[in-house]
Amino acid sequence: MKKPKVAFFDFACCEGCQLQVANMGETVLDVLGLIDVVEWREVMSEKWGKKVDVAIVEGSITDPHAVERIKKIRDRAKVVIAYGSCATIGGVNGMKNNFPLNDIKQYVYGDSHHFFATEKTKAVHQVVQVDYFVHGCPVYIPEFVTVLKTALQGIPYYPPDYPVCVECKLNENVCMYDRGVSCLGPVTRAGCNSWCINNGNICYGCRGMVSNPNEKGAQDVIAKYKIPMEHVLNKMNMYNKCRELD
Amino acid sequence: MGKRNVKINVEYLTRVEGHGNIVIDVKNGKLETCRLDIVESPRFFEGMLRGRSIFEAQHITSRICGICACGHTLASIQAAEDALGITPTVQTVKLRKLLLHYETLDSHILHIYLLVAPDLLGVKSFVPLIGTHTEVVRRALRMKKTCNDVCDVLVGRHVHPISAIVGGFTKLPRPKDLESMHAMLTGMRPDMDATVDLALKLKFPDFERDTEYVALVSDDDEYPMLMGDLGSTDGVRMQKKDYRKMTNEFVVPHSSAKHAKLSRNAYAVGALARFNLNADKLLPKAKQVASAVGLKPKCINPFLNTAAQLVECVHCLEDAIVVIENLMSSPVNYEEEIVVGLNEQGRIPVRAGNGVGAVEVPRGILFHNYATDQNGNITGANCIIPTNQNTGNIEYDLIKLVPEILGKSDEEITHTAEMLVRSYDPCISCSAHLIDIRVKDR
Repeated sequence: MKKPKVAFFDFACCEGCQLQVANMGETVLDVLGLIDVVEWREVMSEKWGKKVDVAIVEGSITDPHAVERIKKIRDRAKVVIAYGSCATIGGVNGMKNNFPLNDIKQYVYGDSHHFFATEKTKAVHQVVQVDYFVHGCPVYIPEFVTVLKTALQGIPYYPPDYPVCVECKLNENVCMYDRGVSCLGPVTRAGCNSWCINNGNICYGCRGMVSNPNEKGAQDVIAKYKIPMEHVLNKMNMYNKCRELD
Repeated sequence: MGKRNVKINVEYLTRVEGHGNIVIDVKNGKLETCRLDIVESPRFFEGMLRGRSIFEAQHITSRICGICACGHTLASIQAAEDALGITPTVQTVKLRKLLLHYETLDSHILHIYLLVAPDLLGVKSFVPLIGTHTEVVRRALRMKKTCNDVCDVLVGRHVHPISAIVGGFTKLPRPKDLESMHAMLTGMRPDMDATVDLALKLKFPDFERDTEYVALVSDDDEYPMLMGDLGSTDGVRMQKKDYRKMTNEFVVPHSSAKHAKLSRNAYAVGALARFNLNADKLLPKAKQVASAVGLKPKCINPFLNTAAQLVECVHCLEDAIVVIENLMSSPVNYEEEIVVGLNEQGRIPVRAGNGVGAVEVPRGILFHNYATDQNGNITGANCIIPTNQNTGNIEYDLIKLVPEILGKSDEEITHTAEMLVRSYDPCISCSAHLIDIRVKDR
């Protein structure tokens, strides 16, 4: 069997999700043995530029040049995988959309701001069709391996559509609300094995919201612990601001 | 050769973190244009931080960069604590130094093996090395994974650390955690020795240009990474709060990253700058490696930044082991474990303030600066990334380098220019991305 051609592409992001692949250690060689990596700018000088079977796309679409680039990638890829929060939900780049574009450009670049073309941050699926989603900031490698396997076999992958709380309970963590601080676990899509809460921090909502969040339940929790609603909404705008463009 | 025309446009430089282009134009043997264009899409982090809680700053700014996520975390925390008036405990400082060592080690190994070694071994990337140098690739991945695994134990993960926050740590290592980190690091020593042996065989291009080097400096005996004053090889020394006088940033039209200068038209930061300023404070084993690779301060060959990274790898590994042994000998105080969230409970007093963090991350000195209002919300933010500080210096290096190698083929000129840029280990995602090569007008 011919090895499927796989390419990595990056847009506006920290490239940490690509790095998660290197962090797999020697097992990465097993994965690389099954596929033919034809383009990966961060670690390869080789160029391909032709049709690929799988395009793994990291980062958000934030300027007109990126819009053109992602359309061309879509045209030459059989399957597009949006990889990491910046690509799947806009991620932290979405916070830019909390401000008028000119205001934020002037703040960072002052009088020179006109050198820098920028648009509202968009997730990849808000510009081109996406076939698979690997959520997370960063991605959770066991899930990525599953998605890659399903994509290569041409079968669908459905990310978990229940909240992080489910995994958190199974991990026997004490609820962060009971520890006196608010957490986005109740409305955030699971699949990370409640990574942050296992390590004593709160859920920031990096995997996006479940498709049908239990709003009433969340409101009850927020009321019970006397948390200002504004505070929770502001928190949701950290990763999930681009949701309003869906 | 005197009348030669060379036009090089390396669009999206590969094997670097982020997007940038190299543009070189030689007409009639005269260098007319020589630029490093930073074409990374700006992400506007400083603008986005406004209005957010100071307790969210670490989580957000860690996302500036996947490679130096821990460095951004530590600079961010330092700036936030400076603004809030918090002094970290001795235990917290030890653990933060440990985290910084892990990241320096991780990042340098990635750069030495995956990004630079292919140039020095004459291949396009590490991918062909899998077939030809299987053991080297396996070793690199093994070392990379060890760095990642010790970070997992200490802070939940390397890309983006979870438990290191303002005020300390949300989870402190248990005795079994200290033992496992100690075993992993001491187990890495044979691979580190093999790395040094490999590096001794590598041949770096012969090129020199005198410049100013900037790094943290201190009056104690420790090789400063986490804390210190700002110092330069031209004799400048100032406190971190005066960082803007150190960097003097300015915008250039061809780059979404700002440039910096101090006593001259440009300066350099990074492993070589740290070595040039603080070589006498390295641990003995690291000093031995420096002398074996022929590195002496003040070294002005920018290609040798990779050699300085190797020296730091040895230093960081050995010093990390020292820190862990120290933590093992005096029991960890778990009372210091904190739950903060967004400080809903007001456990950490907030105030209006202005704070600066200055930390030596793998590519050089990193500044974070936040101003907060009386509720602890961010009113202003400024981040100055090592690569921004290096970009001007890289251009001046290219301006001296290209005329010296005009006798070579276009391919060789391009390759050497790329190697030069890569030796700085530029992290362009941070700075605001680097390459496809077209050579014409022979």
